[in-house]
Amino acid sequence: MLQLQDLHVSYGAIKALKGITIEVKQGEVVTLIGANGAGKTTTLRTITGLLTPKQGKVLFEGKDISGTPTHKVVAQGICMSPEGRGVFANLSVEENLELGAYLASDPARIKSDLEKVFALFPRLKERLKQISGTLSGGEQQMVAIGRAMMARPRLLLLDEPSLGLAPLVVKSIFQAIDEINKAGTTVLLVEQNAHTALKHSHRAYVLETGTIVLEGSSEELAADKRVREAYLGE
Amino acid sequence: MELFLQQLINGIVQGSIYALIALGYTMVYGVLRLINFAHGDVFMLGAFIGFYTANLLGISQPSVGALILVMTVSMAGSAAVGLVIERFAYRPVRKFSRLTSLITAIGVSLLLEYAAQFVFGATPKSFPTIFETQNISLFGNVTISNDSILIIIVSIFLMVMLNLIVFKTKLGKAMRAVSFNLDVAKLMGINTDFIIAFTFALGSALAAAAGILYSVHFTKIDPLMGLLIGLKAFVAAVLGGIGNITGAVLGGLLLGIAEIMVSGYISSSYKDVFAFLILILVLIVKPAGLLGSAAQEKV
Repeated sequence: MLQLQDLHVSYGAIKALKGITIEVKQGEVVTLIGANGAGKTTTLRTITGLLTPKQGKVLFEGKDISGTPTHKVVAQGICMSPEGRGVFANLSVEENLELGAYLASDPARIKSDLEKVFALFPRLKERLKQISGTLSGGEQQMVAIGRAMMARPRLLLLDEPSLGLAPLVVKSIFQAIDEINKAGTTVLLVEQNAHTALKHSHRAYVLETGTIVLEGSSEELAADKRVREAYLGE
Repeated sequence: MELFLQQLINGIVQGSIYALIALGYTMVYGVLRLINFAHGDVFMLGAFIGFYTANLLGISQPSVGALILVMTVSMAGSAAVGLVIERFAYRPVRKFSRLTSLITAIGVSLLLEYAAQFVFGATPKSFPTIFETQNISLFGNVTISNDSILIIIVSIFLMVMLNLIVFKTKLGKAMRAVSFNLDVAKLMGINTDFIIAFTFALGSALAAAAGILYSVHFTKIDPLMGLLIGLKAFVAAVLGGIGNITGAVLGGLLLGIAEIMVSGYISSSYKDVFAFLILILVLIVKPAGLLGSAAQEKV
């Protein structure tokens, strides 16, 4: 479904990605783990067109989308819950979710998608009219993921959904991610929390300073000595 | 008391014009974090487009219809100018630092002023009478001219329309999203280039409306007329809290009233000094402006 081929991305003179190759197949949850500054967020921002690669390709369903403006990437079915959630803090939960469905025009469809988001995150239904800036971190993460789902993505990109959340909240967020995937959405997940990410994904890539150093099934990587030492704290 | 009421009326009229222009500054700042210094010159162009429209159409009989026609053409023309400025001056430098955009804005402003002098001539022109003005006596010696009433009504109408666009339409919601976070707005599927262009068009149309109202009221127009008024409207936007729509209206009215009061009670030669003095005092006490705050609704 998604293929990154030899992707190089730089910020001025600083090379953030030095030729990474990643594949995400239809129906999978693939996770990209790595330390701060490894290039995880850069990878997602390049897929969505917020950054343009210096070299290499982003193929979505066989088509090269590198350099396509972000709003057109979204229209093709790739949505992202950004790092730090990016909730519109000055707007209500409802307005945030509606903005997620910006490209949809059929009110009936928007309504039924809203119900799906409420089924995923019942808390959001209670908070619907509340200004998003006053929500807890976990609830804001729910808004960010729910908002991305409102566009009916075929590929959902999640940037650090567990960041700054209590373990119990992380658990419920990841349960929702499991459900989203079971309902047919392919997921590419970026996480520092390797333990949880590996438990909730099929395959994984380990990114270190802009290069893929390991890849394999999540089970294999969770058992791998290097991963256990470097990322699982053993 | 009569003097005070008279001055208050005049102040509201002056303030409405500042407010209409200040809205453009504040909206563009909201989506781009750019002070569009050429905005005052769009106000001037609006007046000139109105001048030529009225002359070309040969409007001989002043009427409300003529005024609406001239204003509509001027607003549409200036919106187009706003789009051209955004597309060819600001968009190419958007990826560079803010300072680059700011210097570009000053350049565009000078370009418009001197191009206008070249094309229209530097001498002031008399704005054609498209609206018959007469004074209406309210009570005692207090009067209000019908064009003052017009300025207030048209300003209120345009501000209500703007409010509806920004807060009740999908386009407005997209504007607010862009103003809050450009990248996240893109991730919603919003064509942010379009929204930014639309914001310029909207602000420019409001400036043109102000240009026509000003010209009907003061009857003289010249290529540098946007300079000081633009600066004052910018002051009004900062006073109210730049990026905040209600703040721009409030700042405009306060500045207009303060200025006219100073002219009436102290001296008209010092009114500009007082405008900037008020700005400095407000900013010392409230650096973000009257309605500006950390969690403001910016557009």
